Amino acid sequence: MRPFPAKLIIILLLMALTGLFAWAILSLPLNGTSLRTQVFANIGHSGVSNPVTAVLLNFRGYDTLLEITVLFLAVLGVWSLGTIHIPDLLQPAGLFLMALLRILLPAMMLTAGYLLWAGAHAPGGAFQAGAVLGGAGILLLLTEVRFASTIDWWPLRTLLSAGILVFSGVGLGSMALGGRLLEYPRDWAGILILIIESAATLSIGVTLMVLFVGGKPSKADGTVSMKSTGQREDKT
Amino acid sequence: MVPVIAWPVWIIFLPLVSGILAFLFHRRGAQLGIITALGLVPALSGLTWQLLGNGPQHYTVGGWGAPLGIDLFADGLSVIMLAMTALVGIGTTFYATGYYSPNGEGKGKHHHQDLALFWPLWLLLWAALNGLFLSADVFNIYVALELLGVSAVALVALAGGPSAVDAAMRYLLVGLLGSLSYLLGVALLYFAYGTLSLGLLAQSMTSSPASFAAITLMTAGLAMKTALFPLHFWLPPAHANAPAPVSTVLSALVVKASFYLLLRLWFQVFINVVTPSVAHLLGILGVAAIFWGSVQALLAQRLKLLVAYSTVAQVGYLFLVFPLAQGKGTGFGAWSGVIYFILSHACAKGATFFAAGTVLYGFGHDRIEDLVGVAQRMPVTMFAFAIAAISIIGLPPSGGFIAKWLLLNSALAGGQWWWAIVILLGGLLTAAYKFRFFSRAFRYVEEVPTCHPIPWTMELTALTLGLVAMGLGIIGTLPFEIFQIGAPVIGPVLIGGMP
Amino acid sequence: MSVSILYSLVGSVLFSLGFYSLIAYAHLLRKILAINIMGSGVFLILVSLAYRWPETSPDPVPHAMVLTGLVVAVSATALALALACRVQETTSSAQLPEDESD
Repeated sequence: MRPFPAKLIIILLLMALTGLFAWAILSLPLNGTSLRTQVFANIGHSGVSNPVTAVLLNFRGYDTLLEITVLFLAVLGVWSLGTIHIPDLLQPAGLFLMALLRILLPAMMLTAGYLLWAGAHAPGGAFQAGAVLGGAGILLLLTEVRFASTIDWWPLRTLLSAGILVFSGVGLGSMALGGRLLEYPRDWAGILILIIESAATLSIGVTLMVLFVGGKPSKADGTVSMKSTGQREDKT
Repeated sequence: MVPVIAWPVWIIFLPLVSGILAFLFHRRGAQLGIITALGLVPALSGLTWQLLGNGPQHYTVGGWGAPLGIDLFADGLSVIMLAMTALVGIGTTFYATGYYSPNGEGKGKHHHQDLALFWPLWLLLWAALNGLFLSADVFNIYVALELLGVSAVALVALAGGPSAVDAAMRYLLVGLLGSLSYLLGVALLYFAYGTLSLGLLAQSMTSSPASFAAITLMTAGLAMKTALFPLHFWLPPAHANAPAPVSTVLSALVVKASFYLLLRLWFQVFINVVTPSVAHLLGILGVAAIFWGSVQALLAQRLKLLVAYSTVAQVGYLFLVFPLAQGKGTGFGAWSGVIYFILSHACAKGATFFAAGTVLYGFGHDRIEDLVGVAQRMPVTMFAFAIAAISIIGLPPSGGFIAKWLLLNSALAGGQWWWAIVILLGGLLTAAYKFRFFSRAFRYVEEVPTCHPIPWTMELTALTLGLVAMGLGIIGTLPFEIFQIGAPVIGPVLIGGMP
Repeated sequence: MSVSILYSLVGSVLFSLGFYSLIAYAHLLRKILAINIMGSGVFLILVSLAYRWPETSPDPVPHAMVLTGLVVAVSATALALALACRVQETTSSAQLPEDESD
C-alpha cells in the first residue's frame, strides 16, 4: 500500500475526476439526438423485430464479428500460458449434485435454445444463449469424468472457430452476391441472422467452457491430445 | 476515376480469416502467414491507387451507412499506417518463420505449441491493426483496440517464464484501464451528440462539458496505451521480455496505433475543444519521455531493455506534434514530420529489435557487458542494427533525419525554438546509448563467444527493414502527396526552405 | 433529478472507486476486480442514460454497446485471471514486483 500523502493526492484527483464526470453527465441535453429513430425506421428491413438484436447483428454486425474474435483470442491467450489436465480439476461429485444435474442440464440446453430463438423478437440472442450453454458445459466439466477425458482436438477447434467463420462467411458471401460486406439480402436477413447466431451460440458456449478450464487440455502425461510432430513437454 | 474495389474489406479480412485457419490447421501456420503477408501487398497498392485517383475512401459496411451502420474510411494517414503495418508485418512474418522454425537450435528450440499459437495470434493482431486504421466509428475503434490489446498481451506471455508473464499481466491491466477510459469517453460522446461516426462527430462537435470530459478521458486512456511518460512503466518489461518478433510488432506498430487515434481525435474530431495549454502539456510530457527514456537506456544492462527504453524516448518525440502544430502556419509541416517519424521509427525500431532478437537467439543472452565482439559472428545483423541506429539518431540520409528536419523546421518557423533544442539534445542522447552497445559489439577480440547458427531469414529481414528506413530518407518528399489526401491541416511542408 | 441521471452518477462513482482500487491495492485479484467494477460503472452509465426519455422505449444502441462491452470484459477478465494464476505459479506471489523499472 502506498504512503498516506500519495493516497491522499490520488483520492483528491479521483474526486475531481468524478466531479468532472458528474458535471458532464448533468450537462447532457435531455432530449438530445440519438440513433433511436433511425433504428426504428429501418427495423422492418433488418429481419428481426427486437431492436437490440437488429443493432447487434445487422446494423452494427461488424462490431459483433470483431467482438467474438476477441472472445476467441482470449482462448488463444489462455492456452498460451500452459496446459491443464482436466480430470485433475474434478472432485468426486456428490449424489445430490448428480441428481440435480440430470434435471438441470437438459433444462439449460432447452433454455439456451429458446433464448437463441427468442432473440429475434424479445431480449435474447446468441450471447445470452451461449452464456447458458457455457454454464451447462462448466457444470458438466466439473462432474463428469468421462466427458472431460473425451475432449478431443478437431471437434473442439472447429466449435471454437465456428462462430467467426460462419459470420465472416456470410459477410464475405454477401459481397460475392454483389452487395457490401455484411449486407444481407433483405428477404434472407432473418434466416441469415439465425444461422450466424446459432454458430455463435455454439462457439460462445464452448469458449466459456474452455476459458473456465484455464489452460490447454492435456493428457495425464502432459502431452496434449492432438496429432503433433515430435516430443512435447509441459510448459514450465 | 479509378474503379472502386472493396480493398478495405480485403485488408481486414485476409489476416482475420488466415488467423482462424492458422488455428485450425496449426501446422500450416507459417505458410498461411506468408500467404497473408504477400496477399496484403496488392490490396494495399490497390487502395493507394484508389486513394490517389478518387480521394478519401468511404465504405459502408452492411449497406446502412453512418450513423446507423459502421463506416470504413481510408485517407492519406490511414494508408500510410497500413503501409507501415504491412512493411513491418511482412518483415515479422519472415523473421518468425526463422525464429519459430520446428528445427531450431539453442534458444530457437521452441515448444510445438508456441509455434501453433504464434501464427493465429500474430495474424489476428495484424487484422486488429488493419481494422483500427480503417475504422471511422468510435465504438468500432474500441473493439479493435481491445482486439489489439488482448492479442498483444497473449503474444508477450508466449515467451513463458516469470518475467514475461509479469510483464504481460502489467501490460494487460494498463491496457484495460486505457480502454475503459476510452470507452467512457465514447459513451459521453454518444449521449452528447447522438452518433458514433467520426465524421459526424467532427461536424457536430462543440465545446461542452461532455466533450471536454470525453477528450480528457480518451487522451488519458490512449496516452497510457502509447506509454507516454509518466505512464510508460509497463512498456520496458513488456517489450524486453517478449519473444523477438513480438517485441518488434509491439514497439513498431502497437504503440503507434493508439497514437494514431490521438492524432485523429485531436486534429479531426475535437478541433474546437482542444486547448493550446493541454497541447503544450503533452509536449512537455514528451520532452520528459525523451530525456527519461534516453537516460534509462544509457543505464540498461540488457540489450532488449535498452531498445525498449529507446522506444519510450522516441514516443516522446511523437507527442511534440501537438504543440508544434499550434504554431502559425506550421500545421502541415508538423503533421508530415510526425507521420514521417512514425514511419521511419517503425522500420528502424523493427530492424533494431530483429537484430537484438537475433543476438539473443544466437548467444543465449543479451547482457551488453558480455556482448563484446559480436559483430565478428553476425556481421549482417550488426550492420542492420547500425543503419537502423542512424535513422533513430536522425542522421542523414535516413527517414529519421527527414522527420526530425521537418519537426525542427516547424519548431523554428513557429517561433517555438525550445522544442528544437530538445530535438537536437535528444538526438545526442540517442547516439550516446546506441554507441554504448556499438563500442562493445564492434570491438575486435581474439576469443569470440560461440554462437548458434542463425536462420538467414532472420538476418535478412533485419537488414531489409534497416535499408527501408534509410530508403525513406532517400525518397524524401515523394510520400507527401499521400499525406495531403484528407490531411486535417494545411500549409507548406517546409517553411523558408525547399519542399 | 430523474432516476436515469442518478444511476449514471452512480456509474461514474463506480468508475472512480474502481480506479482507486486498481492503483491502491497490490494483490492481482483485487486489481482484476477493480477493472471489472470500472467496467460495470461504464456499462451502468451507458444503460441508464439510454433511458433518458421515460415516455418512449429505450435507445437500443447503448444496449448493444453494453452487450459488446460485456463480452469483451469477460474475455479480458478470463485472460487476466489465467495470467494471474500463472504469475502466482511462476513467482509464488500474487503481486507484481514493485521495483520493475519504475
